[in-house]
Amino acid sequence: MRTIFFILRKEFKQIFRNPMMVRLIIALPIVQLIVLANAATMDLKNINLAIVDNDLSSISRQLISKFEGSPFFTITYRDFSEKGAQKSVALNQSDAILIIPVNFQKDLLKNDKAKLQFSINAINGMSAGITNYYMQSIILDFNKKIIGEWKMPTKELQKAKNITVTYAHWFNKELIFNIFMVPGILAVLVTIMGMFLPGLNLVREKEIGTIEQINVTPIKKYQFILGKLLPFIIIAFFELTLGLFIGIPLFNVPVIGSFFVLYSVAGIYLLAILGIGLLLSTFANTQQQLMFLSYFVLIIFILMSGIFTPTESMPKWGQILVLLIFCHKFMRYQFTLFYQLVLQ
Amino acid sequence: MVKIENITKTYEKGKVKALTNINLSIEKGELFGLIGPDGAGKTSLFRILTSLLIPDSGIVKIMNFDVVKDYKEIRKITGYMPGKFSLYQDLSVEENLNFFASVFGTTVKENYSLIEDIYVQIEPFKKRLAGKLSGGMKQKLALSCALIHKPEILVLDEPTTGVDAVSRKEFWEMLKKLKSEGITILVSTPYMDEASLCDRIALIQNGEILSVDKPLNIINQFNKKLFAIRTSNMYQLMQDLKQFGSLNTAFLFGQVVHFTSKNKNTNSEEIRFFLKENNHSDIFIKEIVPSIEDCFMEFAKNEK
Repeated sequence: MRTIFFILRKEFKQIFRNPMMVRLIIALPIVQLIVLANAATMDLKNINLAIVDNDLSSISRQLISKFEGSPFFTITYRDFSEKGAQKSVALNQSDAILIIPVNFQKDLLKNDKAKLQFSINAINGMSAGITNYYMQSIILDFNKKIIGEWKMPTKELQKAKNITVTYAHWFNKELIFNIFMVPGILAVLVTIMGMFLPGLNLVREKEIGTIEQINVTPIKKYQFILGKLLPFIIIAFFELTLGLFIGIPLFNVPVIGSFFVLYSVAGIYLLAILGIGLLLSTFANTQQQLMFLSYFVLIIFILMSGIFTPTESMPKWGQILVLLIFCHKFMRYQFTLFYQLVLQ
Repeated sequence: MVKIENITKTYEKGKVKALTNINLSIEKGELFGLIGPDGAGKTSLFRILTSLLIPDSGIVKIMNFDVVKDYKEIRKITGYMPGKFSLYQDLSVEENLNFFASVFGTTVKENYSLIEDIYVQIEPFKKRLAGKLSGGMKQKLALSCALIHKPEILVLDEPTTGVDAVSRKEFWEMLKKLKSEGITILVSTPYMDEASLCDRIALIQNGEILSVDKPLNIINQFNKKLFAIRTSNMYQLMQDLKQFGSLNTAFLFGQVVHFTSKNKNTNSEEIRFFLKENNHSDIFIKEIVPSIEDCFMEFAKNEK
């Protein structure tokens, strides 16, 4: 027991003697939370739209004004030339083109049918999908409105023919992205702390050769491993606490669940992550090798954690992998703490 | 004290032979030197002795403890100083010493008398980080740390490699003092001139022991006349000596060539005559007492 204490004291001395480490420990949660939670948002707010209106009718103007009124769209190009609109997409000035053909209003009135064309820049598939969704919903809305105004003689009939869907987003009522990101980032933070730091620390002993001197002392294996891991469990808990202290008030994250449960789950999660860090450190002989190795594992962890892509949409094998990569589970537990019970 | 029997160690699945059938016996209180060039197997043997490496075959016993089975006991009674500085560079002199004392379950105070002579020299810098010490001071700190638990046997792997001449001399003085405290010391070195400072030495090359004895006895085993020869054209001298009829060995030793003949009756006049015939001038020839290095060369040659 005393030996572990001596190793711990030595480890903490070394950690705090390294100014880089101290700065990183403090700065990492702050920067990650503030930058990522604010900037890494999936909401599309500024879709630049190019409009080619060849009809110039009152209906086409009404449709365009719908887009103009939407907070999601900014009209960056408006002309009669389809080529010009394409060029503006090529120059990255617009993200999508809406083309209203000649006789749009006439067809609509006479045949009850008219055609519109969307072209969306799909270099980034994710934002193209969201753009499409927004545009469709504006058109649908507009469609419903003109059917109502022109075709339905009475209000009763209009009501009878419409199916309206009312929906509520549970647990995160307004779909505030920050509230989703904060627990996710904290999970990533704990993962980085648990996987990188103890591994690096252990490999450093190998690289510099100090392990040789330790090996000839009566220090036992479990004492050495505990002495090496405990400091980072403590640091990781400190990081989690710091992250909660900053994240909760900064982003108004609601706190519903119990901190005790969160810290217990974090503790279990850390043990698993530290185990991986320890395992990786046995494969590597230099810190450089270990950096590369843990980076490789870490990227898979983060991508499969569900923070950037929903795990539900992954293929079967991906979902099994997610179960193995318990990062996702840890995040889920955090959501439970933060806002799972908001509506009840 | 130390019994090494038939130790063999190979690396890379038997492809590289590090040690072949090593047998050594070291007495208590002895200052024993392991002398050999780089790659001879000195470090491998020491790592086996300190339980850091498991031999392929053979038995090593230190004070009747087996280095493989009783490694826990071995670690309590041995002090090891690796060839490479292996203390914590980001801890201070004092912290390193305290740390190693505490993991051995002792305190600096308890065994201070043993390290006092060495430690007082680095004490003025006790707050300095170990990484910022000079080579000689690092070595003194490493020795202090290896001694702090009052080991029965001290194993020093090339302690004087890369250390200046003055510090080397000082270091051997310290070893002599430790020896007088009754500590058995095993030291390896590639420097042949340090061999004469040991009680007994083992000459090792390519993983095999060439000879084990007191330095003087080893020199006495050298049964040939040794000549130091110098002329104005050293390169030509080497070439010509190879044509000398009864040539045994001719090695360049600094400014002179060390020469031995197969014929016991070869004398300096005969060599001088031979060299004159080959148009050498400023000829200097002297019969000299062989050094350990000469012995090593002779043994190494016979081995081949």
